[in-house]
Amino acid sequence: MPAVSKGDGMRGLAVFISDIRNCKSKEAEIKRINKELANIRSKFKGDKALDGYSKKKYVCKLLFIFLLGHDIDFGHMEAVNLLSSNRYTEKQIGYLFISVLVNSNSELIRLINNAIKNDLASRNPTFMGLALHCIASVGSREMAEAFAGEIPKVLVAGDTMDSVKQSAALCLLRLYRTSPDLVPMGDWTSRVVHLLNDQHLIVTSASTDLQDYTYYFVPAPWLSVKLLRLLQCYPPPEDPAVRGRLTECLETILNKAQEPPKSKKVQHSNAKNAVLFEAISLIIHHDSEPNLLVRACNQLGQFLQHRETNLRYLALESMCTLASSEFSHEAVKTHIETVINALKTERDVSVRQRAVDLLYAMCDRSNAPQIVAEMLSYLETADYSIREEIVLKVAILAEKYAVDYTWYVDTILNLIRIAGDYVSEEVWYRVIQIVINRDDVQGYAAKTVFEALQAPACHENLVKVGGYILGEFGNLIAGDPRSSPLIQFHLLHSKFHLCSVPTRALLLSTYIKFVNLFPEVKPTIQDVLRSDSQLRNADVELQQRAVEYLRLSTVASTDILATVLEEMPPFPERESSILAKLKKKKGPSTVTDLEDTKRDRSVDVNGGPEPAPASTSAVSTPSPSADLLGLGAAPPAPAGPPPSSGGSGLLVDVFSDSASVVAPLAPGSEDNFARFVCKNNGVLFENQLLQIGLKSEFRQNLGRMFIFYGNKTSTQFLNFTPTLICSDDLQPNLNLQTKPVDPTVEGGAQVQQVVNIECVSDFTEAPVLNIQFRYGGTFQNVSVQLPITLNKFFQPTEMASQDFFQRWKQLSNPQQEVQNIFKAKHPMDTEVTKAKIIGFGSALLEEVDPNPANFVGAGIIHTKTTQIGCLLRLEPNLQAQMYRLTLRTSKEAVSQRLCELLSAQF
Amino acid sequence: MIGGLFIYNHKGEVLISRVYRDDIGRNAVDAFRVNVIHARQQVRSPVTNIARTSFFHVKRSNIWLAAVTKQNVNAAMVFEFLYKMCDVMAAYFGKISEENIKNNFVLIYELLDEILDFGYPQNSETGALKTFITQQGIKSQTKEEQSQITSQVTGQIGWRREGIKYRRNELFLDVLESVNLLMSPQGQVLSAHVSGRVVMKSYLSGMPECKFGMNDKIVIEKQGKGTADETSKRCLSGKQSIAIDDCTFHQCVRLSKFDSERSISFIPPDGEFELMRYRTTKDIILPFRVIPLVREVGRTKLEVKVVIKSNFKPSLLAQKIEVRIPTPLNTSGVQVICMKGKAKYKASENAIVWKIKRMAGMKESQISAEIELLPTNDKKKWARPPISMNFEVPFAPSGLKVRYLKVFEPKLNYSDHDVIKWVRYIGRSGIYETRC
Repeated sequence: MPAVSKGDGMRGLAVFISDIRNCKSKEAEIKRINKELANIRSKFKGDKALDGYSKKKYVCKLLFIFLLGHDIDFGHMEAVNLLSSNRYTEKQIGYLFISVLVNSNSELIRLINNAIKNDLASRNPTFMGLALHCIASVGSREMAEAFAGEIPKVLVAGDTMDSVKQSAALCLLRLYRTSPDLVPMGDWTSRVVHLLNDQHLIVTSASTDLQDYTYYFVPAPWLSVKLLRLLQCYPPPEDPAVRGRLTECLETILNKAQEPPKSKKVQHSNAKNAVLFEAISLIIHHDSEPNLLVRACNQLGQFLQHRETNLRYLALESMCTLASSEFSHEAVKTHIETVINALKTERDVSVRQRAVDLLYAMCDRSNAPQIVAEMLSYLETADYSIREEIVLKVAILAEKYAVDYTWYVDTILNLIRIAGDYVSEEVWYRVIQIVINRDDVQGYAAKTVFEALQAPACHENLVKVGGYILGEFGNLIAGDPRSSPLIQFHLLHSKFHLCSVPTRALLLSTYIKFVNLFPEVKPTIQDVLRSDSQLRNADVELQQRAVEYLRLSTVASTDILATVLEEMPPFPERESSILAKLKKKKGPSTVTDLEDTKRDRSVDVNGGPEPAPASTSAVSTPSPSADLLGLGAAPPAPAGPPPSSGGSGLLVDVFSDSASVVAPLAPGSEDNFARFVCKNNGVLFENQLLQIGLKSEFRQNLGRMFIFYGNKTSTQFLNFTPTLICSDDLQPNLNLQTKPVDPTVEGGAQVQQVVNIECVSDFTEAPVLNIQFRYGGTFQNVSVQLPITLNKFFQPTEMASQDFFQRWKQLSNPQQEVQNIFKAKHPMDTEVTKAKIIGFGSALLEEVDPNPANFVGAGIIHTKTTQIGCLLRLEPNLQAQMYRLTLRTSKEAVSQRLCELLSAQF
Repeated sequence: MIGGLFIYNHKGEVLISRVYRDDIGRNAVDAFRVNVIHARQQVRSPVTNIARTSFFHVKRSNIWLAAVTKQNVNAAMVFEFLYKMCDVMAAYFGKISEENIKNNFVLIYELLDEILDFGYPQNSETGALKTFITQQGIKSQTKEEQSQITSQVTGQIGWRREGIKYRRNELFLDVLESVNLLMSPQGQVLSAHVSGRVVMKSYLSGMPECKFGMNDKIVIEKQGKGTADETSKRCLSGKQSIAIDDCTFHQCVRLSKFDSERSISFIPPDGEFELMRYRTTKDIILPFRVIPLVREVGRTKLEVKVVIKSNFKPSLLAQKIEVRIPTPLNTSGVQVICMKGKAKYKASENAIVWKIKRMAGMKESQISAEIELLPTNDKKKWARPPISMNFEVPFAPSGLKVRYLKVFEPKLNYSDHDVIKWVRYIGRSGIYETRC
């Protein structure tokens, strides 16, 4: 390299950059860069040590290449080396590289941190500045960890130069923002505040040039703005002297604003106004000097008519906050005309929006009608973007300041007429709530909605309100021949077909209410409900309503109708849901009047008219469907449990038992089997993959069992084949019939298999259910005993004590009796025992045995071939925790089997 | 259908803009420039969709040609058209460069008017176009000549005019093939195919009827069934016929005849044209074998040894051989030793380029290189891109042989024997890569 290029300008770099710039295509550029990278690599690798200048040049090139969008994965070391150089330019490039290409290599970070520490410790202000800049521009957490302790020291050290202090303060600010937890603000705050004083001094005394520093005739506007903003962070000063001075200052600013402009330049007015607005914000923030507040308000009033759009915007915005202050509220109100004018003539939508906000803020009882009227008239031409908000605001104001509720109803109906699309659900829910809660407006409301509905095209929201109100209070205007019940109905029905499904559903409820209110239109309404378009409507909700209402209107008597379709009770008073909605829309800060409660959703539910139809449909269902249920509920046997315990039991059983069944399971687990002796439904088997649930019913010698196979995994079972296996002994005595199930069971799905059972003759063994399937890649095989036991075919028999003992004696043959004495496995509870005997299938006979502690049962086992009478007697011995079970049947094997089964239960 | 056609220079400035349909707005020109030419990431896909508009582009040196459409067009058709467009332009003014386009923009607009009509491609045969779009002043044509142009352009044989006369009837046939290969480091062929073209240059009088024959497996077998000795001959001489996977023909070829008899007969256009294009994937003769050997010595050194073996008749000479060995991205220095040809490390391309001018068949040559690496803290491992190769050999790697090209001109009195015929085979490398 010739000596000429040793200066500051790096010729190689300049050449490289101009080469790149001259590249005709991306490919050429990449080629050039590759060549340069190879060159730099060979230079860095080379044995000859590079001098500072070359290092700087190459690092610079790398930086440039990186900024062009290419990956750079080397050169960090060289950059770190540059940091320890004593030349400013080299150090600068090193820092630049490091702050742009931060590398997470821990060793490198250590070196970098070391270099930065050295520079911070050096007394050279420029080096310190560079180090601080690097920390701030990297600003990572690691940096914060390393230097959070160091920088405040630099900041408060007595001998640091001002420029360095400035850098240190900014750097600290940056670290504080990224990781506030690491920067020990607590200890340093006081000292930093002290520093602030210091800087004040600098500002006032040391830099006399600041005195001269005016920006377009405004003295030091940035500083003033900053100071004013700083003051906004603190409460008003307590010390009267300070307070006086501050007020004086603010007054001066307000005075200055009145002075004629010293320059026509826009910068002058901008600077002046910036200071003024900050001052006004401070005044509003303090909110304690009525005098100042009113002056500020007047000043803003002047701005309202200013030529400058931004100023008008700011004025409106500040006035909004002024309006909420008790001192200036009245003063703000004087500008109402100007604001309304602004609303009408303003060209910028954001300014109009502010005007609406201000109107909303300045509204009170005295000017509400005027403001609401203005907003309504503006709504017709308003921008779409702010319509919904205006609608909400109008609705709130109308409700809040309504003296006369007829006015309120008019306003809201107007609102729906003008901007129906923007009227949200909450608004019309609220109208209905208010109308229902206030007796005095109901008639008026009914009349108004009736008139409003006369319009050939009215908004769907109006139809909703109209439908609801007429359904409730249509009778109040029915006396007028112009609004007779039939006319009311036809008016509503003329809108019916143009409405969406929810509205139609609401109208159907209105119709049924009409049936109650006006018996004379009942046939007409029934005709409508009966029409195919209602009864066979594709929409389930509409169809159900039509069916139920039609049925209700025909079946129920007038009394019942009147009860079911009674007028809605008043809604509980609660916060307006509209307000909540507005808050949600604008954020809580802008709506200041009411505290926020999160009852929005509950208001939606209760506030709407929906509950009415819901309750009516609930009441109206019983008539047709109660019969259906009644059929199933009719008990076939007068005493004892019905042969099938109702379907609802299954679910409960499944859930209650599933926990206890998780215990180890083997094919044909006895425990599970035994549990099913006395009951019909439950979980038979469960492992990680499969759950088998049972639901069965038996009548005489026939039975039906539903087996539910549940796939507990998320993958499907393949080749799923359950088979029922009856042993040779069992085969002739028990007939089982079933259909094969679908061989694939989807993950999480349940398949059902029905087994039809016929008991041909008595039997002892139980059939086995074998299930084979493929899960994932593995073959699974599960066998369980199916709990079809002889006692399932029991038919309970009631008999008196006499009969029982007579029969007991008849079966006195020793083969016919089986007795078993055994120890109780479960606590001896009378009720449980009773339940078990009933569950076993026999009738439980009370007051038969002379000893009341004994249990006596009787029943008939039905098989296809014979019927076997069966008597049983269970004698508990509480002291010994023993039972004696005696069974007498006409067949020895049956006695034996039944005894086995029942003994296992206690 | 094509909605418009734009030509840009390398900076993205529009040189030619021709819009055929109203659904293409003016902003489409800018959309392509911003999203493709000036894209931050290099756009590799030749088809780009921007706001429901499709852009099909090809690049010739520094010139971008982009066809634009809003419709769901046949992309292959559009590209075929763009390539044809390039051919036509090249035939008119030589190399497609910014300067040439600027100098000929009137001509280009004229051509665009002719070869695309409302976005539908029209006759793009250079020979035919040259009869009515000329670069010189138009000679005053007789009425007869003018009517001839009309009948010719709209007639059945739009690619050849009548009344051509040569003193010497001559034709040239070039079989140009490019062989593509991807081979594993162990020498296993991962994928290989040959895409070839038969290019014909004809200087024939009148309206000659030509018939082209080659060693297509289907044809040979059909004939083999007819005559027994043919079959035995084929068995004796080994590989005689080739299986052609798919082929496309110039519009002059009678496709009905090809479908029924698989014979290729046609009336050729005058001058140069591409008779057919084909592709084969079976029994490809790979002219070169590359055997790579890469050894990493620690973190800072890499030793590479590459052997190439030529695999064809010793009497033939391969030319323009170039082996490109990629180097890692953190290469800081390279030493190369090779026995034959010249090798150089090209930093700008991150590769060692080894060039050999000529090499006879059944020979082998070797290069070894030592690559020094700069240790980086980047964890990414070098991806080891494949070693690629370029060459040119005087035979067809697919094994295609021209059996005959017969010329019949019944009206003029010259026969097949009087035509002087030249056949040439050139096999070039396409993407010929070996993983290392």
